[in-house]
Amino acid sequence: MASDPKSKAASPAPLRLHVPEPEVRPGDMPDFSKVEIPKAGSVERPPIDADPESIRKLAFSIIRVLNRKGEAVGPWAGSLTDEELVQGLRHMMTLRAFDARMQMAQRQGKTSFYMQHLGEEAVSCAFRKALEPGDMNFPTYRQAGLLIANGYPMVDMMNQIYSNELDPLHGRQLPVLYSSKEHGFFTVSGNLATQFVQAVGWAMASAISGDTRIAAGWIGDGSTAESDFHSALVFASTYKAPVVLNVVNNQWAISTFQGIARGGAGTFAARGLGFGIPALRVDGNDYLAVHAVGKWAIERARSNLGPTLVEYVTYRTGAHSTSDDPSAYRPKAESDAWPLGDPVIRLKNHLTVRGAWSEERHNQAEAEILDEVISAQKEAEKHGTLHTGGRPSARDIFEGLYEEMPPHLRRQRQQAGV
Amino acid sequence: MPTEILMPALSPTMEEGNLAKWLKKEGDNVAPGDIIAEIETDKATMEVEAVDEGTIGRILIEEGAEGVKVNTPIALLLGDGESASDLDNAASDSPNKDRTAEAPAPEDAPKAEAKADGGEKVPAAPKVEVASDPDIPEGIEMVPTTVREALRDAMAEEMRRDGDVFVMGEEVAEYQGAYKITQGLLQEFGDKRVVDTPITEHGFAGVGIGAAFAGLKPIVEFMTFNFAMQAMDQIINSAAKTLYMAGGQMGAPIVFRGPNGAAARVAAQHSQDYAAWYGHIPGLKVVMPYTAADAKGLLKAAIRDPNPVVFLENEILYGQSFDVPKLEDFVLPIGKARIHKQGKDATIVSFGIGMTYAIKAAEELAGEGIDVEIIDLRTIRPMDLDTVIESVKKTNRLVTVEEGFPQSSVGDHIAAQVMQRAFDYLDAPVVTIAGKDVPMPYAANLEKLALPSVVDVVEAVKAVSYRN
Repeated sequence: MASDPKSKAASPAPLRLHVPEPEVRPGDMPDFSKVEIPKAGSVERPPIDADPESIRKLAFSIIRVLNRKGEAVGPWAGSLTDEELVQGLRHMMTLRAFDARMQMAQRQGKTSFYMQHLGEEAVSCAFRKALEPGDMNFPTYRQAGLLIANGYPMVDMMNQIYSNELDPLHGRQLPVLYSSKEHGFFTVSGNLATQFVQAVGWAMASAISGDTRIAAGWIGDGSTAESDFHSALVFASTYKAPVVLNVVNNQWAISTFQGIARGGAGTFAARGLGFGIPALRVDGNDYLAVHAVGKWAIERARSNLGPTLVEYVTYRTGAHSTSDDPSAYRPKAESDAWPLGDPVIRLKNHLTVRGAWSEERHNQAEAEILDEVISAQKEAEKHGTLHTGGRPSARDIFEGLYEEMPPHLRRQRQQAGV
Repeated sequence: MPTEILMPALSPTMEEGNLAKWLKKEGDNVAPGDIIAEIETDKATMEVEAVDEGTIGRILIEEGAEGVKVNTPIALLLGDGESASDLDNAASDSPNKDRTAEAPAPEDAPKAEAKADGGEKVPAAPKVEVASDPDIPEGIEMVPTTVREALRDAMAEEMRRDGDVFVMGEEVAEYQGAYKITQGLLQEFGDKRVVDTPITEHGFAGVGIGAAFAGLKPIVEFMTFNFAMQAMDQIINSAAKTLYMAGGQMGAPIVFRGPNGAAARVAAQHSQDYAAWYGHIPGLKVVMPYTAADAKGLLKAAIRDPNPVVFLENEILYGQSFDVPKLEDFVLPIGKARIHKQGKDATIVSFGIGMTYAIKAAEELAGEGIDVEIIDLRTIRPMDLDTVIESVKKTNRLVTVEEGFPQSSVGDHIAAQVMQRAFDYLDAPVVTIAGKDVPMPYAANLEKLALPSVVDVVEAVKAVSYRN
């Protein structure tokens, strides 16, 4: 500023600002050669009460179960039966079919906005199966698999997406920002990261009350830059809160590549180490690995061993939302080059190798699922879409703002004649 | 009958776009999900997917067509058993009228209590001279410009003029801004002056304020002001107060800008109007323009201002065009209202998108013989109350219009000030029009009910004019 102490000493070289850049931009060849992929089955599975100091390297590796041949290998394999795996595959296929239909519904003007999970289905579908009833998720907008895998009715999700007369949230909340206390799914916030520290608060309250339920916080790679992420780690670490802190690293926060939020740290998981929180990195496109790691972390939380930070390494194959155009910031074919493959195909191959699945059964399942999704869609559309048919009642703008309606709102409602 | 393929909307606020490219031609078979065309708006490019199965029977809008309205049929799709001969029938009987029609929402007009006031007028204060905008030379060319372009031009001009000015925020560089306000800036000024930040408003507002303390002049873009809630502590406790607390040694010459208020279908957490919030804070200047010319002239002034300026834009206004004078350096004074339309019967004071209600209401009222004066505040703090009071002295009636919440609104402040400074000139109680006292709902019908309406404004002006 104004004062400039003119030093006589030899002046140092001018300072330079460092701005990180992604490896490639549109038009370039996709390149993931810097993403180190360890062999499936090669990462150890420590006991859940291992000293966090002794397992630091898990924050820099990737836990994988499914190998290239579709076999489940190594110490993290074996957490699921054939039947559970078939169910898991169906959940992922359902989520994918649901997304495709709703994406199309947005293009048809039946809703204003949609966000799909393409490529990330395993993360939320598998994690849900590791939780117990009563456990609470504090999700982001890309974990609808938590609902699908827990049997939340698709038609209720669609009613909200269409904001129709049966919308469980009464026309008040955006499409895809679901909420179901019964299904352990806290109301998704449109503002990023706030839920992450709330998950820690919920977990601490569970501990204070002597309950047995645990919480799971969810956040994307980009949002780990938010203060809430760092506050969550402080509190979780200090009070050993019974919480699993999930970071879904899908490489892109809209157009912001993950290096902007991660900076010079090797991985997002490594952020936990400074807080003394055990931190694991897992192949987010490997249903078996996600389930096994989720189970490990959940067991730790429930055994009063404290929080775990888990980074799911995955790739957002689709656009961020229906308002986004990824060709503006990344090569079009980048998703084809993603080295961890597609979660649905990988589990399908594994089940086939196990002898529990076949091409024929897969095609049949695909047809059945599409049928279920379309019937749910038809049912929901009977009750209206964004611009046609049944709508939430005008009363709904006044109700539910306070537990009891204050006089001035009652007056406004009466004036509106509803 | 052939199915019409309609021009899709990429977002609720999109009204038209360009049909950049057809990827299918007449006679091609398509399956649901196939990419059939590419469309583009000033914000994004998007692929159009087929919804139904069939054969492209006829392309109605050729590629390269610009300004294609949403929901215009762009092609006809032949289904099973249909042939080219079905096409001509289709073209004639597809009025396609009700696709976007909204059911009329019930309006609830504020009921102003009529109170007779036959008191004689007594001058309450000496006449105040109101400063005017810089003279625009006779015959200067006016260029139709969108608010979006005006904001971009203002930043680009100031960045060319002063090497200390830089812009930072989420998506401002590579993506050219979430709403394309920073279009082209990265290419012209490079990545040291157009900086993509990590996703933390609290963080990058703080970094911006720190850079301002170091002598630079940051423009901090919030993707929306709703996200700036977490930066409130930085903006209010640091940016607004440091000059004061530091005994005048160092302040923060910084602009916080971005879209504010309700857009469409973005619900409770993304639809708030912060005019009254920031207007409450000493140490800040708060600007909220309506026209493109004001957006340009005032943003340039905000960037040059040595104080922290909160610059509130609106997503719905970004695409609207206004005349902007083609001047080398068009700068407007912060803290001065603009008389948008002269009138004698009643005064409407508004700002930002509130002006759209005021203007439409004035047109309707003119048809009923009521000549309304419209004042566009442009700046919320410091507020040009003198212009408002001069107008009230002339019309004796006042209605304020804004989209924000009703309690402690900008209109409440104006009403209180007018009561204190021009009570004897008022022929009727001031009516303040604001949004409903509820968070913004998502559903289209409820959203409409929660916002003010033109009918509300018309009724209010009639009420203060005792014309009901």
